[in-house]
Amino acid sequence: MYRTTDILEHKQSPSAGGVGEAEYMVINVGPQHPATHGVLHLVITLNGETIINVEPHLGYIHRSIEKMCESLTYRQFIYTTSRMDYLSSHINNHCCAMSVEKALQIEIPERAKYIRVILDELTRLASHQLWWGAMAMDIGAITPFFYAFREREMINDIMEETCGARLTMNYMVPGGVMFDLHPNFQKRVKEFIAFFKSKIDEYDEILTGNVIFQNRVKGIGMLSKEDAISYGCTGPTARASGVSCDVRKLYPYELYNNIEFDEIINTGCDSFARYQVRMQEMKQSLKIVEQLIDNIPEGDFQAKTKAVLKLPKGEFYTRVETARGEFGVYIVSEGATTPYRIKFRSPGFSNLSALNHMAKGNKIGDLVAIMGTIDLVIPDIDR
Amino acid sequence: MFLKNYISEVAGAVKSLLKGMKLTGYYFTHRKEIITQHYPEIKPQLPERFRGEVVMLHDENNEHACTGCTACELACPNGTIKIITKFDITPEGKKKKAIDTFVYHLELCTMCNLCVDACPTGAITMAQNFEHSVFNRNDLTKKLNKPGSKVRAGVE
Amino acid sequence: MPSLENITNTIHTWLNNHVSSTLATLIEMLIVALLAMGLFAILGLILVLMERKVSAYMQIRLGPNRVGFKGSLQTLADTLKLVLKEGLTPNGADKLLFNLAHYVVMCAAMLILAPLAFAKGFQIWDINIGVLYISAISSIGVIGILMAGWASNNKYSLLGAMRSGAQIVSYELSAGLSVLCIVILTGSLRISDIVNAQQNGWFIFKGHIPAIIAFVIFIIAVTAETNRAPFDLAEAESELTAGFHTEYSGMKFALFFLAEYVNIFVVCAIGATLFFGGWMPLHIGNWQGFNHAMDFVPSSIWFTIKVFGLIFLIMWFRWTFPRLRVDQLLNLEWKYLLPLSLVNLLVMTVVAIMGWHF
Repeated sequence: MYRTTDILEHKQSPSAGGVGEAEYMVINVGPQHPATHGVLHLVITLNGETIINVEPHLGYIHRSIEKMCESLTYRQFIYTTSRMDYLSSHINNHCCAMSVEKALQIEIPERAKYIRVILDELTRLASHQLWWGAMAMDIGAITPFFYAFREREMINDIMEETCGARLTMNYMVPGGVMFDLHPNFQKRVKEFIAFFKSKIDEYDEILTGNVIFQNRVKGIGMLSKEDAISYGCTGPTARASGVSCDVRKLYPYELYNNIEFDEIINTGCDSFARYQVRMQEMKQSLKIVEQLIDNIPEGDFQAKTKAVLKLPKGEFYTRVETARGEFGVYIVSEGATTPYRIKFRSPGFSNLSALNHMAKGNKIGDLVAIMGTIDLVIPDIDR
Repeated sequence: MFLKNYISEVAGAVKSLLKGMKLTGYYFTHRKEIITQHYPEIKPQLPERFRGEVVMLHDENNEHACTGCTACELACPNGTIKIITKFDITPEGKKKKAIDTFVYHLELCTMCNLCVDACPTGAITMAQNFEHSVFNRNDLTKKLNKPGSKVRAGVE
Repeated sequence: MPSLENITNTIHTWLNNHVSSTLATLIEMLIVALLAMGLFAILGLILVLMERKVSAYMQIRLGPNRVGFKGSLQTLADTLKLVLKEGLTPNGADKLLFNLAHYVVMCAAMLILAPLAFAKGFQIWDINIGVLYISAISSIGVIGILMAGWASNNKYSLLGAMRSGAQIVSYELSAGLSVLCIVILTGSLRISDIVNAQQNGWFIFKGHIPAIIAFVIFIIAVTAETNRAPFDLAEAESELTAGFHTEYSGMKFALFFLAEYVNIFVVCAIGATLFFGGWMPLHIGNWQGFNHAMDFVPSSIWFTIKVFGLIFLIMWFRWTFPRLRVDQLLNLEWKYLLPLSLVNLLVMTVVAIMGWHF
């Protein structure tokens, strides 16, 4: 087993009995590669199978969403965020809607809040389920992917019925939600919860407990608490390093200060810790949905808003906790109907920046496992 | 002691592997758990809110509710909708703005529902059709108002 | 009842009566070659379909169900597609080695077919060192993989080939040692002797725990040798895209693919021969009635059932387990399987010498 420092020292002084730089092999992983889940391009330097350096190259799916948003009105720009982190599109839309509401000081009805939080948590569940399947596939087990999709499909169907779309919902609008809940919604969510609870043990049977899997993820991709903070990691990636960074707990928005749930913090710092954090977050999300689903108050689902929204002059920042970490919207307004400048703080970008640190000194197979456990969504990184 | 640990470690490992095999074996033998949908033969029942494409509602008299106010065109973030208006002469001899063609670019549409939300008269809605593939890209540019259709009386 | 043995004997006598014995031998060789190739083609079709169906049912899917009756012709359609595809040779590749590699892999897989007993008296070549021959030839396949990886001029291919080399060289040891356990019980390397020794019970029952351990080690080792998941590091698709055959396309790729399945069949046939009595029906000791009842099922059916059972087991592994990492793969062999199989061999020797087996 090489230590990172040894390798780097060799690199600096190839003559000192070490491996010369000329013997390193540079491999392009991506932009089209099965493990990168999209068009991420990693230039990895290898010494045999051991990774010396990982350099992510971005920009293959850059659609300049931030620039595009400058020409869209405050109602229109929300839909673009569905296309960033497409696995937590509800939560992204929520953040945008919330930032506009905050700037305009719109008080949204209680019912809309409940709907938003329930859908957020269902989205988080769906995202984590997809992550679980995709990560299992990265590690080489293909079957769990289908089990994960079976449950995810139920959430998608619920979303389809209520929001009208399966992935890019655009259901949150400034002032509430676009339509009222579908009459079947509560029934189907309860069905889903019952079904998922009966199946969640299978996740442990086929993957978590598996000795091969445990050996693959335990003790690799170490990210200490200090490093997690300095790289700006958020979400499960940081919480697995012992950083308390759940926006839902630290800066509660909507209903989160009234809901009972735990912030999952694991001090394992390795890939297995990140895996466990996400697995337990699924259970917490279920808990939140269970608390809210029976208590949705009657009333309006949307506050009355003006037809044309004009944000007051100023700068507004709103953040939420997506499935991958902290998502923030920073709006600079000049008082017009369109933002002057928008900046999205996406969790994937800063989580990816820690990849080099985590992967150094590990094997190629570990790189894939680490990428799996930090749950990258490439359009989220590139925007 | 070492041997005992070694054996229990190996036994635990084997047990965990057998657990996984038991699960896949269960699904192998229980065909009723299969979730595959026979898509082209059995079309999925899509919910009424499903956003497949924008359509304009016409009644049996070939009348629609679109006044050509361009609210949808303004609401659309992608320039999917282009409304070409014309001036009708009303019986009183006054010129009245009316819709000539409602051009809808399906290839640009992201199904965000903002146009339907913005429409003051409920003239357009989302249809559940999702099979949009065509051989010619131009076929994706659609005219939503049917030929010869006109605005329903009383819709302002 | 017309058994395969009778058919071959009839043909043999007929040929020898009508033409000179040299010509008869030549014609017989031709027939055998055609049969072997036919077996390969059929095996490819059946095993690919079987893999897809098994994986589909384990993954709560339906699998291929459009072409032919319930998708039975799917593999044929896929083969047709691959035949029509261009067999591309990359510019920087070593042309000769690149175009030779898949034939080497294929030939190695074909050669092992020679000493296998498919049914009673139905064997291409009952060589007296059958087991040794099998262990020797099965290592040749890796040369083809190394050639493919090296000649592709692709770093992924090279990594995959190197992994495959390390893997097969290591796992040959365990496979060989577990085979030796059976050889000790039989005292012969000849396949027909090994099968006949299981007249009164298969070795997996006769050989006590050492035989069972040997079987487990054998299955693990051959799974690794055939580059199947969870040991499919040579083509780990999430790490190395497709490993050693990344640059292959069309029929060249199809040959690699076919060789993989033929290899699975071959190793499972060896496993069935050594541990489950090959074509030998299920006999229990001296229970004459039971043994006779079992003899009514033709020996070729017995062989097929056993082989496909083992193939299913290997497929079951593939669709359940995650992939090992390359260092863990070698650790498993050198730190766990090899010491275990050495000890097991020792125990088996003691069992054989003391005559404790049945």
